[in-house]
Amino acid sequence: MIPAAFEYARASSVEEASSLLNRFGEGAKVLAGGHSLVPLMRLRLAQPKALVDINGIKDLDYVKADGSRLRIGALTRHVTIQRSKVVRDNLPILAEVAGEIGDNQVRNLGTIGGVVAYADAAGDYPTIALMLDADIVTNQRTIPAEDFFQDLFTTPLAPDEIVTEVVFPVASGPHKYIKFRRRLFDWAIVGAAAQKLNGGWRIGLTNVGPTPVRAKAVEDALQKGAKPEEAAEHASDGLEPADDLRANPEYKKHLARVLTRRAIQQAE
Amino acid sequence: MSHKVVTTVNGRRYEHEVEPRLLLVHHLRDNLGLTGTHIGCDTTQCGACTILLDGQAVKSCNLFAVQAEGRSLTTIEGMAKDGQLHPIQQAFWDEHGLQCGYCTPGFIMAAAYLLAENPNPTEDDIRRGFEGNLCRCTGYVNIIKAVQTAARTMGGAEAKPATQAAERRA
Ligand SMILES: Cc1cc2nc3c(=O)[nH]c(=O)nc-3n(C[C@H](O)[C@H](O)[C@H](O)COP(=O)(O)OP(=O)(O)OC[C@H]3O[C@@H](n4cnc5c(N)ncnc54)[C@H](O)[C@@H]3O)c2cc1C
Ligand code: FES
Ligand code: FES
Repeated sequence: MIPAAFEYARASSVEEASSLLNRFGEGAKVLAGGHSLVPLMRLRLAQPKALVDINGIKDLDYVKADGSRLRIGALTRHVTIQRSKVVRDNLPILAEVAGEIGDNQVRNLGTIGGVVAYADAAGDYPTIALMLDADIVTNQRTIPAEDFFQDLFTTPLAPDEIVTEVVFPVASGPHKYIKFRRRLFDWAIVGAAAQKLNGGWRIGLTNVGPTPVRAKAVEDALQKGAKPEEAAEHASDGLEPADDLRANPEYKKHLARVLTRRAIQQAE
Repeated sequence: MSHKVVTTVNGRRYEHEVEPRLLLVHHLRDNLGLTGTHIGCDTTQCGACTILLDGQAVKSCNLFAVQAEGRSLTTIEGMAKDGQLHPIQQAFWDEHGLQCGYCTPGFIMAAAYLLAENPNPTEDDIRRGFEGNLCRCTGYVNIIKAVQTAARTMGGAEAKPATQAAERRA
């Protein structure tokens, strides 16, 4: 379908983008990679009044290792994260996750800032951001991931607020992300991530609720010396996954346990 | 409000006034008359609309024409040169890499990107490189063979002569 009409403006700096959003007022949206927004607009599920195109803000496209932190600009494309040596050296799980998002064409344009701001329950980076206590930096403040993913498609971002950076801790120890899906380019039916960090495990789950989930019960069990297969049984504790076109709640809980076990066992 | 877009498509400069909501694929097809780029879905999944944007494979149904301002694009019409099919097109022909042909322009552009990034792909590399392209007819086997053959004719050093057709010709 043809999207509803909208006004369009290009921003060449974050300040300009923010003032354009203010000028257009309610109903204006940022356009980054467009790989969530444009399909919604084509289905007329979204009808923004105006789009502020941030693709020209080149200084939002970067990967930087900064001591114990890895800083990634909001406009960094999935393909850049997938191939970046800096990411591979400092947070290899993130490069692996990036390489599993969508397909070549999606990865060539989709951005990390877009995934985070969109906050789809099946988004992959949010799981990693949450379980590793990443920070989401905007033009107004720094928001811990824990406070950022509030509900399905719901974040604390103000209408004129722009995500500028996602800051992860460096973690190059054993890790694994397992994304269960029917076809390669699909979103996760369920995803499970395991990362060794500071001697403990961090465990995250994708698409088992309205927001990403950090499986603290699994982490605690591992801390107390449980075997992966025992600890992973806790992966579905307290989960209430939605029934969607891909799977029913019981099946998703089953996948959460099985994939968590495999992620811990296969982490390297 | 309409916006001016200037693009270079298959080496030729085009200038148009467009509405922001015009999708790039509609711009190519309706304003530029380049109807080789197909539309197979509304959800950015099928890949029929794949083109190269500054050398990178993208789905032209997922960009607005205004976003192509100042960019250089290659569509399927830009592949053949002087009446000679591009080696990828020739390989699709030789290996029977298509049936109805609807998905083919998208596959050929995705293959052009794949081979530019990796001149000697394994079968697995090729299958992964086509994650974003759907074909309802062929079952993909001959499409994979076509890319292997193209890799070989385009000079990828170790690409294997993977197919009967290639052996027949040899
Ligand atoms: C076929 C297909 C398969 C996919 N599979 C996956 C998958 O498996 N896993 C996955 O995680 N994603 C997947 N995606 C989605 C893809 O990763 C998108 O790129 C991503 O969800 C959105 O990022 P974007 O840059 O394209 O953002 P856009 O679509 O441009 O924007 C999305 C939303 O975020 C807002 N926004 C964007 N950037 C900012 C910013 N810097 N500050 C504030 N707001 C902003 C926009 O206003 C909009 O509301 C898939 C997409 C397609 C088409
Ligand atoms: S028309 Fe299907 S992906 Fe573009
Ligand atoms: S040849 Fe018919 S869809 Fe691919």
